[in-house]
Amino acid sequence: MTLLKKAQSTHKRFNTRAGRAFDVLNIVLLTGVGLLAILPFVYVLAGSFATELEITTRPFFVWPNEFTTASYESILSSDVIVRAFATTVAVTFVGTAVQLALTVLMAYPLAKPDLPGRRTILSLVVFTMVFSAGMIPTFLVVKDLGLLDSYWSLILPMAINPFSLIIIKNFFQQLPHELEESAKIDGANELQVLRHVVIPLSKPVLATFALFYAVGIWNDYLSPLLYLSDTSKWTLQMILRQVTAAASLSADELNSDVPPPAQGIKFAVVIIATIPVLLAYPFLQKHFAKGMLIGSVKG
Amino acid sequence: MTTALEVDREPPGARTPRTPARRRRFRADAVRYRWLFFLMLPGILYFVLFRFWPMYGARIAFKNYIPFLGIEGSEWVGLTHFQEFLSNPDFPRLLQNTLIVAGLSLFIAFPLTIVLALLLNELRLNILKRTVQTLVYIPHFLSWTVVVSITALLFAIGNGPLWTFFGWLLGTDANMLADPDWFRPLILMQEVWKNTGWGTIIFLAALAGVDQEQYEAAVIDGAGRWQRVWHITIPSILPTIVVLLILQTGQILNTGFEQIYLMSNSLNRTVADVFDTYVYFAGIEQGAYSYATAVGLFKAIVGLVLIFGTNWLAKRFNQQGIF
Repeated sequence: MTLLKKAQSTHKRFNTRAGRAFDVLNIVLLTGVGLLAILPFVYVLAGSFATELEITTRPFFVWPNEFTTASYESILSSDVIVRAFATTVAVTFVGTAVQLALTVLMAYPLAKPDLPGRRTILSLVVFTMVFSAGMIPTFLVVKDLGLLDSYWSLILPMAINPFSLIIIKNFFQQLPHELEESAKIDGANELQVLRHVVIPLSKPVLATFALFYAVGIWNDYLSPLLYLSDTSKWTLQMILRQVTAAASLSADELNSDVPPPAQGIKFAVVIIATIPVLLAYPFLQKHFAKGMLIGSVKG
Repeated sequence: MTTALEVDREPPGARTPRTPARRRRFRADAVRYRWLFFLMLPGILYFVLFRFWPMYGARIAFKNYIPFLGIEGSEWVGLTHFQEFLSNPDFPRLLQNTLIVAGLSLFIAFPLTIVLALLLNELRLNILKRTVQTLVYIPHFLSWTVVVSITALLFAIGNGPLWTFFGWLLGTDANMLADPDWFRPLILMQEVWKNTGWGTIIFLAALAGVDQEQYEAAVIDGAGRWQRVWHITIPSILPTIVVLLILQTGQILNTGFEQIYLMSNSLNRTVADVFDTYVYFAGIEQGAYSYATAVGLFKAIVGLVLIFGTNWLAKRFNQQGIF
């Protein structure tokens, strides 16, 4: 850090006028980039609280002239959307727990350098990263296992992300061995070492990957598209697609008592489908860069 | 990321020959490591069931698979499906569409990521730097469904902000969401919006590791700002660029199913269809399981060749590969 400050002061001493002009330009440019990244979302958020008239007459706004919650009221009175939301929340929670557990349970033994067969297993895992049988054979396996139209089809086929597995394994590998050894001398078995020594030491990394898994399940569109033909089981992403791709919606389609505002409801459903991810984002952001980098240092 | 894929290498010849002693050791290992293997069991079961069993099931690509007869009972037809696909007029069209989408991402989105990383690295106003980083990472976490829905709202005919803007700019009132000419620009815009910011992380991490004394020395030697960027900053991210290029080239046929599928409609299918969506339409919607599997397998094998090929090339040019 001190080095960095020193470098910055050296930078300052040698600042030229051209350099300062570049700095100003860079600040303007990057502010623009930052705005472009969120403006589309801000527009949708503003639109979700705007009236039909405002959406169809004003081309762009970041704050509605007339504030209304009609779109959200319509959504809340719709069985279809409320049920899809509840379903997706439940699948995401259960799925994240299952996926993280499977990944950690496999990463821990693989982090032991003397485990017999370790190299072979790791090579096979890496192989699945560069070669996959493809959509149809995986679909047929899910079908053969009787998982079609089951929520497990949204969780199990992607249970372990090979990338996450290897990064978590690398992280476990560079933890100090002394703690594990002393726990074992005290008579702890491997499962106890994992639970009481390794996992507490890895909380930030595991939290990061839990959030990645959660976002993955929440955002997944392909799995429900392939495996859920029963529309009553559809997840929020499927409903979102149906709502925003339709020209207009009837109260009947949404199973709602209130006639929906045709445009406003599209804006509101996008927001509903995004809010949980945005709520998780600050936690994600705190750790992801660190989590990704820690694990990739070879131990 | 570079090293994440590396599997520890044992020195050659470390393996013991098959002798009774080795068998005894194996039995001793099995007892000693029983807990560890027990913990790994669900994970191994997962890989067998959902990653390797489908590879075995992929042999339906060489059969006329009829679900009623099962995989074993279905007739063996060899390479018929592969030949059918390669001689199908769909094939050149799919290849072209796939390569164009991948090319846009490789030649436009990827350099933009590097430029953004370099600009962020040059930004000395730390508060702004952190704020911009926070903002540009956000779109990465939105689903393709959300991104495509937002696109639909922004380009809605008559009232969408971007429909209005581009209509004014180009003097057109086309329905950009359905117009085949607009498909690729829209795909590129979405890709840039969603992933450019996120892509900078890996470069910024590489840049954070650059020894600051190099810059000081360069300043003392009279190097200007551009010279410092050109001679210190860029060389220090070059290995990262090469590794990412390898990974991207290996993935060139994986255009990302969700984005393309969600953006395609009956009007733009001629330019929208790529291998991944073709597999879905042929296999899931039309039930041509064997044919669709052959297409998927063809894609996977070409991808495998590409990734090993580019890796080999990178090593020849004295760069660190990924294997």
